[in-house]
Amino acid sequence: MNMVSYEPFVTEDGRTIGDAVMELRNITLRFGGVVAIKDISFDIREGEIRAIIGPNGAGKSSMLNVISGFYTPSEGEVWFEGRKRPQMRPYQVARQGIARTFQNIALFSGMSTLDNIMTGRITRMKSSLAAQALWWGKAEREESEHREAVEKIIDFLEIQHIRKTPVGRLPYGLQKRVELGRALAAEPRLLLLDEPMAGMNVEEKEDMSRFILDVNDEFGTTIVLIEHDMGVVMDLSDRVVVMDYGKKIGDGPPDEVRRNQDVIDAYLGVSHD
Amino acid sequence: MANRGASTVELCSVPALLARNARAFGDKPAYREKEFGIWQCWSWAEAEAEIRALAMGFLALGLERGEYVAVIGRNRPAHYWAMVAAQMCGAVPVPLYHDAAAEEMAYVLDHCGARFVVCGDQEQVDKVIEVQDRVHQIEHVLYNDKRGMRKYDHTHLHWLKDIEEEGRAGHSRLEPELDRRIAELTWDHTCVMLYTSGTTGKPKGVVLSNRNILETARASCEFDHLGRDEEVLAYLPMAWVGDFIFSIGQAMVAGFCVNCPESPETMMTDLREIGPTYFFAPPRMFETMLTNVMIRMEDAGDLKHGLFKHFMEFAKTTGETYGMPRYRKKQSKPTLRRRLRWGYRYAMGIGFAIETIVENAVRGFFVRLRHPLEARKYFKAKGPLLNLYPQPLRDYFNYRTGEVLVYGPLKNTLGLSRIRVAYTAGEAIGPEIFEFYRSLGINLKQLYGQTEASVFITQQPDGQVRSDTVGVPSPGVEVKIGESGEVFYRSPGTFVEYYKNAESTASTKDPEGWVATGDAGFFEEGTGHLRIIDRAKDVGKMADGRLFAPKYVENKLKFYPDILEAVVFGASREKCTAFINIDLTAVGNWAERNNIAYASYQELAGHPRVLETIQAHVEEVNRSVADDPMLSGCQIHRFLVLHKELDADDGEMTRTRKVRRNIIAEKYADLVGALYDGSTSIYTETEVTYEDGRKGSIKATLEIRDAKVAQPARNGQVAA
Repeated sequence: MNMVSYEPFVTEDGRTIGDAVMELRNITLRFGGVVAIKDISFDIREGEIRAIIGPNGAGKSSMLNVISGFYTPSEGEVWFEGRKRPQMRPYQVARQGIARTFQNIALFSGMSTLDNIMTGRITRMKSSLAAQALWWGKAEREESEHREAVEKIIDFLEIQHIRKTPVGRLPYGLQKRVELGRALAAEPRLLLLDEPMAGMNVEEKEDMSRFILDVNDEFGTTIVLIEHDMGVVMDLSDRVVVMDYGKKIGDGPPDEVRRNQDVIDAYLGVSHD
Repeated sequence: MANRGASTVELCSVPALLARNARAFGDKPAYREKEFGIWQCWSWAEAEAEIRALAMGFLALGLERGEYVAVIGRNRPAHYWAMVAAQMCGAVPVPLYHDAAAEEMAYVLDHCGARFVVCGDQEQVDKVIEVQDRVHQIEHVLYNDKRGMRKYDHTHLHWLKDIEEEGRAGHSRLEPELDRRIAELTWDHTCVMLYTSGTTGKPKGVVLSNRNILETARASCEFDHLGRDEEVLAYLPMAWVGDFIFSIGQAMVAGFCVNCPESPETMMTDLREIGPTYFFAPPRMFETMLTNVMIRMEDAGDLKHGLFKHFMEFAKTTGETYGMPRYRKKQSKPTLRRRLRWGYRYAMGIGFAIETIVENAVRGFFVRLRHPLEARKYFKAKGPLLNLYPQPLRDYFNYRTGEVLVYGPLKNTLGLSRIRVAYTAGEAIGPEIFEFYRSLGINLKQLYGQTEASVFITQQPDGQVRSDTVGVPSPGVEVKIGESGEVFYRSPGTFVEYYKNAESTASTKDPEGWVATGDAGFFEEGTGHLRIIDRAKDVGKMADGRLFAPKYVENKLKFYPDILEAVVFGASREKCTAFINIDLTAVGNWAERNNIAYASYQELAGHPRVLETIQAHVEEVNRSVADDPMLSGCQIHRFLVLHKELDADDGEMTRTRKVRRNIIAEKYADLVGALYDGSTSIYTETEVTYEDGRKGSIKATLEIRDAKVAQPARNGQVAA
């Protein structure tokens, strides 16, 4: 084990946070002359909700893309589950148990909710393409297993009424929920949420927050989220990484981050109390 | 074990009926619920096993005889089972409205003193925990849906499945006790306690005994020939007496299957998937369904739209005769013979359609031969050239064609294709809506009832259905009309008492068992059908002693799409007059199509052509009111169309959109005065409150119109 072991700690609401699932060591990401991420290190622990915040252009989404394996860091190492991750294609990363949602909804708008969530199961399907096309033998059995898993997610996210509706016809808040469902369908160990609340009204935000907490609580999924809504971040997350101009300027529990002078200056503005 | 739970021959409790059903047809479906996208099914035998396990679990927790067990949740099999399990233990289930706020729940939980509360999900548990510091007697909270419950303190909180397991584990110890308790149940044991919704004052707990529920259920099952092959969809609140009668009383007596929707949002889809044969819905639901059909028809292509219009028009006169399902005395399986018969009918329908086309072609040919220049005119003329069929047969075949092309698909879309009996109740249903469904061949009927009567007071027998009556007294029910016109009833279903409220019990139910309904009505001569006219307290007398029932006339007016609200005045006056509110969507739509320009609601409401239309409606209503010898005094002599919509923000209506007669009369005293002093127009200023609380005022000059009054059908008849 090349991984630093931590004392498990217990959060305010009584959940136990375990060892690090992922460690990012001295990550630097360059696009030509532009340095998007400058020498950042932090870890993500088993079962926690980890938030990444920062002003626009701070490199949050790039960081998420590094975690998801979409970008390969120019320098630095990504350690996942105690092993150094080699350069991988995104689908290989997905098979490792990392799923994500996107800032701009990326669903198949002509397909039904059910089918969209079903696509989340693809990495877990074992039968061959030909068998699936013919829907014969193993493929048939496999499909009912996957359908069951998908139905559990539909039930969990309370979207039974739109099961057969093409997602293109759904309102924005529900589409976001379907996207979360698709990510959950892969039964990820690590779930990456890129601005899950962007563009939502208060009620939709409340619903989404509840679902994120429930996912974390019921499935024990580790969650990394990027969010702009400070109230949401401070309420949801266990630990927060603050980025500014590609650098890490703060890391710790929400309260600590809130008191950090660098963070206040860079992002939250000057405190008035 | 052969006769477990059924030591009584006469099956005088729900658990006894459950045991009978499990014994007699144990493998037939008893409950279905859609979960994970699939209809999960429990047979009677499986349901009995589950319920018994749950009951033993209750015993293990120490549930005593005569205790109250509150059940809060949406329609799910487990909640019904919890109610029956409580009955098995000799306890009384008390279903509560699951959408009630914690405050309302606190009152009811405190009043019934329940130690056990069965909750549907986390939301309900939270509410119960919230009130627990005020309602101290709650000991055990049980929940059905595990989701989100992991972190709760489980010392007094139990998952229903765990309780069941506990019951199963201790069955050797608990089973004899359970059987003893089931055997103890008699006709006079309380079957259920239901709280009235409490629109006036505190909710009252209506105690209904086994006799009340089961005798009523038995009589009503016989009335409509309900058998064990019925399918019902349980979607109405469990705390409402109707759901208890339909989903527990009648389901147990007749042995039919209760289907629970997946979630409230999927109700319409689930309705279509199940295709119930027996269905209940409030008028509003039928209205919404019809509106949706109409809106979708507007968007349909010309061919579909034309077909729909043609066949719906045709069905108006023929649906009642050719469309209704046979009033079968007994339910039976779709036998080969019946299927063949249907196949034959469909074939005949299609054959007739082809025949019609061919015939028209032939006819067209001959007509063109004879009258080449005026062919079109002659071709349009009615009456067949080749008169192969007599008229009734033509209608029959036409209807069958319509069934294939329009009625069948439409009923299928609505999820009503298999309906044998459908009921609506609660308020008046518009005759057009009512006739729309009936003309499709849906046996929609009306009933009149209340919690205190275990639902049924009167209902319409097959073949005697009309939109303006509520039917004849249900079997075993006696109905009489009091001095004041109030309806009284006495039946085996009459409630035992209001729980811990002897005073209200005494004022509602007299020693002989007659119960006052609070509604005024009368029996129609000749047919013996009851007609409800109004709440008894709103019914008054006019100056000359004739009966005044404002709601009756207002409802008739409101059935016109153009009229949104109407307020009729006339108590202790010579004549009746009315305020009318137009419906902006309907009238606005009409104005658009007729090139009538308007800038505001007020302008549209004052437009002479609108007034003409409204006047025509009023006069039509007058004619129909005049047909009623008892209510002919309520004809509207003069009316005006109000310049603003009656609104809850101005205190003119309640939040549930019921007009506040007295406040309106006070506020618009000048207008009421003008209606009676003979002036033809009046200038008025009205204060209005905008949604943000600011006040403003509207000035208007309103035109007052006289409406023609029809001669009463039979003169000199005065209300008793």
